[in-house]
Amino acid sequence: METVGKARSSGHPDDRDFIDAIVGHTPSGEARAAEESDGAPGTPELTGASVSYLPVATRRHEPEATIDEARRSDVDEWGRSEHMRSIVRRLYDPMYRYWFRVEWEGLEKIPTEGGALLVANHAGAIPSDAPAIMHGIETELGRPVYGLADYFFRTVPGVGTMWSRTGGVPAHPDNAYRILHDQGQLALVFPEGTKATSKTYSDRYRLRRFGRGGFVEIAMRAGVPIIPIAVVGAEESMPMLFRMNGLAKALNLPYFPVTVNSLLLGPLGYVTYFPAKFKLRVLDPITFDVEPGLERYSRSRVMDEAERIRGTMQDTLHDMLRQRRSVWFG
Amino acid sequence: MAQALEAESDVEMILGLGTKEPRFPLERTEFVRSDQKYSILSRIVRATQVDTIVHTFLETNSIAVPSRVLHEINVIGTLNLLAAAGASGTSVRKVIVKSSAHVYGAAPEDPAWFREEDTRTGPVRTRLERSLLEVESLVRDFADDNPRLDVTVLRFAHVLGTDIITPISHSLRRRLLPCIAGFDPLVQFVEEDDVVRALEFVTSHRVPGVFNVAGEGKLPWSEVASISGAHLLPLPPVRPRLFAAPLQRLAGVRFPPEMEGLVTYGRGVDTSRLREAGFDYRYTSAGTVQSFARANNLRRATGSTIPEYRYEQDVEQFFRHSPAVVRGIDS
Repeated sequence: METVGKARSSGHPDDRDFIDAIVGHTPSGEARAAEESDGAPGTPELTGASVSYLPVATRRHEPEATIDEARRSDVDEWGRSEHMRSIVRRLYDPMYRYWFRVEWEGLEKIPTEGGALLVANHAGAIPSDAPAIMHGIETELGRPVYGLADYFFRTVPGVGTMWSRTGGVPAHPDNAYRILHDQGQLALVFPEGTKATSKTYSDRYRLRRFGRGGFVEIAMRAGVPIIPIAVVGAEESMPMLFRMNGLAKALNLPYFPVTVNSLLLGPLGYVTYFPAKFKLRVLDPITFDVEPGLERYSRSRVMDEAERIRGTMQDTLHDMLRQRRSVWFG
Repeated sequence: MAQALEAESDVEMILGLGTKEPRFPLERTEFVRSDQKYSILSRIVRATQVDTIVHTFLETNSIAVPSRVLHEINVIGTLNLLAAAGASGTSVRKVIVKSSAHVYGAAPEDPAWFREEDTRTGPVRTRLERSLLEVESLVRDFADDNPRLDVTVLRFAHVLGTDIITPISHSLRRRLLPCIAGFDPLVQFVEEDDVVRALEFVTSHRVPGVFNVAGEGKLPWSEVASISGAHLLPLPPVRPRLFAAPLQRLAGVRFPPEMEGLVTYGRGVDTSRLREAGFDYRYTSAGTVQSFARANNLRRATGSTIPEYRYEQDVEQFFRHSPAVVRGIDS
C-alpha cells in the first residue's frame, strides 16, 4: 500500500523544529526501561511522554528471541562451524601427527589475541599446506583461523559448503578487513594463489608472483601485522608432473593436475598424499607504520613490501631446504 | 505502515493510496483507490500539499504478479510517483522508497556483507532484479536533480511475517523448502514489524541516502528449514529451475529465478549505516524465522488466516481523546 503522509509540527515549518518535535515525541530511555521492567503498560508513575508512545508498544512487540535461543547450529557469519571444525580436527589429527609429522618453529610469534594476517607459500597439486597450518594453530593456540581462498571453491557443490564450514572464506578485501580489523581474528592467505599449486614439480619451492600485493594493502588497512610462514614438505606430498588443460577447460576447473600420486594409485591418488615430512617456520611479524583505514595506499609501497616479504620467504625456504637431509624424515 | 503512523501524534494527516481497499480499519487515514501506475498521484499531491511520500508499492516479490505487470508497477509507477513529487512548486520534502536487497544479486564473487555503496558482482539475469535496478537508478537521478528533497531508499533483506507472502514464506508454510544439493548458503531475514518500524523511522527522521535493512546475523539455509520444521527439497545444482517447474505443480513449491542465486550463494548486507542513524531492530535474522515459524504453528492450530489489527480501536480512541490520559509535552 502506498502511504502519503503529511507531517507538521504546529507552527514550526522548518526542518529543525520538525525534527525536534519528533525527538520530543519519542519516549525517554528511562521511561522505556521502566515500562519494560514492570511489564504493565499504563502504570500511573510513567511520565507523560511515554503515554503517546503506548499505543505503539503493545506487548506483542517484545523481541521474541535473541540470536542465541533462536539459533540451532553454531555456524557463524562466515559459515564456519566450531562443531564441524572439531570433528575435522579429530579426523585430521592422526594425519597431522603421524603422516606429515608436522614440526613448527617459532609458533610463539603468532599472537594469541588480536588480528593478524598469516601469509604462507602454497604447494601440492591439491594443496596439503592449508589444513596443516589451520590445524596446527587451532590445536596449539586454541584460536580459530579463517582460510582466505579463491571464490572458485564456493561454486563446487558439497566442497564449497564443507570448505566454508571448516573455516574457508572467499578472499574478498571486505571480508578480510572484517575478520582482521572488526573481529580481531587470524586469517591465512596464500598470495601466490593457484599459480603456486598449478606449478609442476620441477618448479618446486620457487615462489610465484605474490598477486598484486593485495594482502599487504589489506593488512595496512586493517592495521594488523603480517606473519609469514615458510612451509617445507607440501611440495613433495603431491608432486605434479603436468597439467591437462583441455580437460580442465571441459570440467571448468582452474587446472587439472596429473600427479605422481595419481599415476601410482589411479583416482585414489587425488585423495592420497605422500608422507613427506612437514616443517613450518614462522617468521618475524611485519608491521607497517601507515595510517590504517584508508581506502588506498601507495601502489609502490604496497608492491615493495609484497616483494620484500616474498624475498624473505624465498630465502627462508632455501635456508630450510639446505638444512633438510631427507624429504621423508626432515 | 499507516497504522504505525497513526500512532504518531504529530502527523497531521495520512493519505493512503493503493489498488485495493485496506484490510484494516484505519482511523485517521484517508484512502484513495488508484491504478497500479499512480497516474493520479500528481493531482493528489497538488491538491493535498503533502510533504512526505512513502513509496512502498515496489513489487519485490515475483510470484505475486506476472513479470510484465511487475515492470509496469515498478518502473512506470515509480516514474509517475517521482514526477508527482518533483513537479514545480511541489510541497513534497521527502520521498522514501522501499527497495530490496535483490539489487545486489547473489554470485560467488560477492563479499560476505554488501555495503550500500557496493555494486553487484554478478550479471543481472532476472526481470525482478532488472526492474529494481532501473527503479533505483531513476530514484538516484531524481535525488541528484532535486537536491532540496530528502530521498531515502531502504533495501530490505528477505521479509518474513504473518501478512506477507514471498516465495520463501510460501515454501515454509508448506514445510517444503527448496535448496540446491551441495549448497548451504548463509542468508538474512527481516521481520515485517521491523520493516514497518524502519519505514516509520526514516519517515520521522531526516536520513537521506541508501540504507540496508536486515536482522542481525546470518544463518544457513538448512537452519531456516530446521527452525521452521520444514523439509529441505534438494534440487540439482545444474538447471534447478527445470526440475522445480514440475514440483511447483505437484507440491506448490515456488522457485522464482532470483531464488536460484540466493539458495546457491546466499547474500549478506551490512546494516551498520541504519544502526548508526539510530534505528534498532526487534528481531535478529534467526529470531525472524523463529517468530514466523511460531506464528505459522498458531495459524495451523487455530486456522485463522486473518491478521489481527494491532492497535485496538477502542484503546486508540481512549489514548487519543480521553481526558484521563496525561497528555505528552508535544500534544
